[in-house]
Amino acid sequence: MQVSVKVNGEEYMREIEPRMLLVHFLRDELGLTGTHWGCDTSNCGVCVVQVDGVPVKSCTMLAAMATGHEVLTVEGLEQGGELDPIQQGFMTEHGLQCGFCTPGMMLTARWLLDNNPHPSNAEIREAISGNLCRCTGYENIVRAVRWAADHPRVSETEEMAAS
Amino acid sequence: MQVPAPFEYERATSVDEAIALLERHGDEARLIAGGQSLLPLMKLRFAEPEALVDINDLTELQRIWIADDQLHIGALVRHSELLASAVVGEHYRILHDAERVIADPVVRNRGTVGGSLCHADPAEDLSAALAAIRGDVVIKSSGGERVLPIRELQTGPFETCIGPAEIVTEIRLPIRASTGSAYTKVERRAGDYAVAAAGAVVTLDGDMISEVGLGLAAVGAPHLVAARAEDAVRGRIADDEAVDLAAQVAAEECQPPTDQRGPADYKRALAGELVKRAMRTAIARCRGQEE
Repeated sequence: MQVSVKVNGEEYMREIEPRMLLVHFLRDELGLTGTHWGCDTSNCGVCVVQVDGVPVKSCTMLAAMATGHEVLTVEGLEQGGELDPIQQGFMTEHGLQCGFCTPGMMLTARWLLDNNPHPSNAEIREAISGNLCRCTGYENIVRAVRWAADHPRVSETEEMAAS
Repeated sequence: MQVPAPFEYERATSVDEAIALLERHGDEARLIAGGQSLLPLMKLRFAEPEALVDINDLTELQRIWIADDQLHIGALVRHSELLASAVVGEHYRILHDAERVIADPVVRNRGTVGGSLCHADPAEDLSAALAAIRGDVVIKSSGGERVLPIRELQTGPFETCIGPAEIVTEIRLPIRASTGSAYTKVERRAGDYAVAAAGAVVTLDGDMISEVGLGLAAVGAPHLVAARAEDAVRGRIADDEAVDLAAQVAAEECQPPTDQRGPADYKRALAGELVKRAMRTAIARCRGQEE
């Protein structure tokens, strides 16, 4: 079947089997290997991408279901050569060690800050409770998200000032 | 790599079209909404439907509204939307309690209310909470619409009385005065299925329990309810004695399995304790003595 999916702002058309999962579509068909493929059972969250601005586990969604929708992967976080504050936060606060959970973690965190720009530590922990990290013990990940909340993009700051 | 067996994929744009597609593909076709339960089963080849009818475009099933003293929840409402709904929280705190402990926020963004009910997992929290509320489920087919008590929907583990060419479109929950509700769960770790979980919906007439609904997840309670415990305390004064009695009867009547989440006797004791806690909170909420 033919699918047509917008990924990181670009339209992609591919001929695929209906049973192809979104994670394999992104990695194998489009070569976007920033989205990781982990437990394959919707537990670990390393495959999290945003579909229409909402984080979902791409190992538990068919690529066919993404037809007509917009997907954001870790490759699309950076804008105009500038890292997303979430990415800068993970660098500054050492929010990763092996890095396997990081793409999914960042896409979930981006969604949290889009909906709740000033989350408490408890709210951060709740938001990322579907993303497992086996290295950091989460402390530095919470700090990284906190850093991003404290350093929004200039455009976001302007929006806040305007409202 | 876990990949589902091959299937035909169809995308419905209306309820009628979804029903027509189910009829055309026969009883080996399945509806797919959030897919958070069906896709894992298909990846493990526990389920091998020959056709999937994707109903994610049926946005008319994604509404929450009040009409005729009933809270209507569309079958395609996502768990995250149920949790975010102020009107749901206003009338049924039990649903927000349950939603907070169902899977994790990312899975809740995708999974749906209708999907949870139709999957009929005996350990599923929302099904137990809805069974405690005693609502109705609306089921459509080409022959028309039927309305069934939620408690009659599940006929066994992973089995329902929904026909191969039928679709659940909404659930209807009665809005009752002087009613409080709560859900409580013990899990091994965040996002896991329950070791045991209990929900309570208590309606008071003065100090008397005029109606009570007790839902149980993961402990082998038929239709996910503690019906004998409900009968034991209906009409009693809502005091510690009644709560203890409900807990004792519920613990006796459930049939928890021994598995990796714990031995049967432990789960039985836990189910009783959780009935106690859920009932206490429900009664306190009903009296406005909310913790």
